[in-house]
Amino acid sequence: MAQSEKAAAGMMPRSPLRLPRSLRQALSCALLLSLPGGTDVLAQQSLPPAPYAYVQLEDPMAEAQAQTLMESLRCLTCQSQSIADSDAPMAGDMRNEVRSRIAAGEDPEAIRAWLMERYGDYVSYKPVVNPSTWPLFAAPLLLILLAVLLLRRRFRKANVGSSEP
Amino acid sequence: MKAGRHSGRGWAVWLPLALFAGFIALALSGLFAPAERDVQSAMIGRPLPEFALPPALGDKADEELDSAVGLSSAAFGAGQPRLLNIFASWCVPCAVEAPQLSTLAQEGIAIDGIAIRDRREDIAAFLDAHGNPYRTIGKDDVSKVQLAIGSSGVPETFVVDGAGIIRYQHIGPIMDRDIPRIISEWRKAKRPLPA
Repeated sequence: MAQSEKAAAGMMPRSPLRLPRSLRQALSCALLLSLPGGTDVLAQQSLPPAPYAYVQLEDPMAEAQAQTLMESLRCLTCQSQSIADSDAPMAGDMRNEVRSRIAAGEDPEAIRAWLMERYGDYVSYKPVVNPSTWPLFAAPLLLILLAVLLLRRRFRKANVGSSEP
Repeated sequence: MKAGRHSGRGWAVWLPLALFAGFIALALSGLFAPAERDVQSAMIGRPLPEFALPPALGDKADEELDSAVGLSSAAFGAGQPRLLNIFASWCVPCAVEAPQLSTLAQEGIAIDGIAIRDRREDIAAFLDAHGNPYRTIGKDDVSKVQLAIGSSGVPETFVVDGAGIIRYQHIGPIMDRDIPRIISEWRKAKRPLPA
């Protein structure tokens, strides 16, 4: 570990800023996993990744569409990452699925709907209004309305108070 | 507004403390009973999506096998319920559930497997070491079928009824204590879903 930490330090550009310890650890961990000796830990990747897991689409417009969609889809292995961010093998397969479908001319929202049909709303980071989520959207409006009513009452009282001798 | 100025608002002074206590209770409940992290498939009660996967085992050359059909959705829906087990040779919990799958196979339950991101020689070695409870095994190199049925990891086991409808999903390895549940779900799947 110490060796790879040194190696990680060597990889980083010289900077007067010292990186936080957690970031240094993350970097050295990433480096360790990328070493040939580290592949045993990641036996899941003994097979080469899916064609479009780490390869962009040739058409920049299509790739941009795919990228936007992938950033708003949840990785099912690392559940608080998007599939665009995650290096989990399953996220790679999901990117492959998204890019292949976009290359075949499918609409990004249709792909999102296809995944939500299989994994539920949880797989998408794009908020939807439905019977269980509407209070989230209604609450701020109700609070603003409440605040306006309270302020009106207060200002009215203050006006009444100042006009009296 | 000073608390206590109006005789009726004396309780308001306790409000911040009560909110704080509520927050602590919420944090503690989150610590001691963490939220469920399994992602259930939304495909339960719906037909198994169509697929055709190349066989995971065979003596021929890889290229030849890759163009053949090993396991397809046509194998399901032939009148009898079957189990569909998603596994991989690189998956440690899959080795843990292997004896339980053998027990289920001995009960007369037909089990088909889908090997995820796997090599034929690795699958063969895994089955040599842990036993082969499968009727047929398909090879899914890019999680195509796994995504289509809403499975989010290995191992997972689906009960598919005689009409090809997905009836039950078991997430994670099948342990001894899960066997009665799997058998009862398999028996339940012998009767078609009420229309």
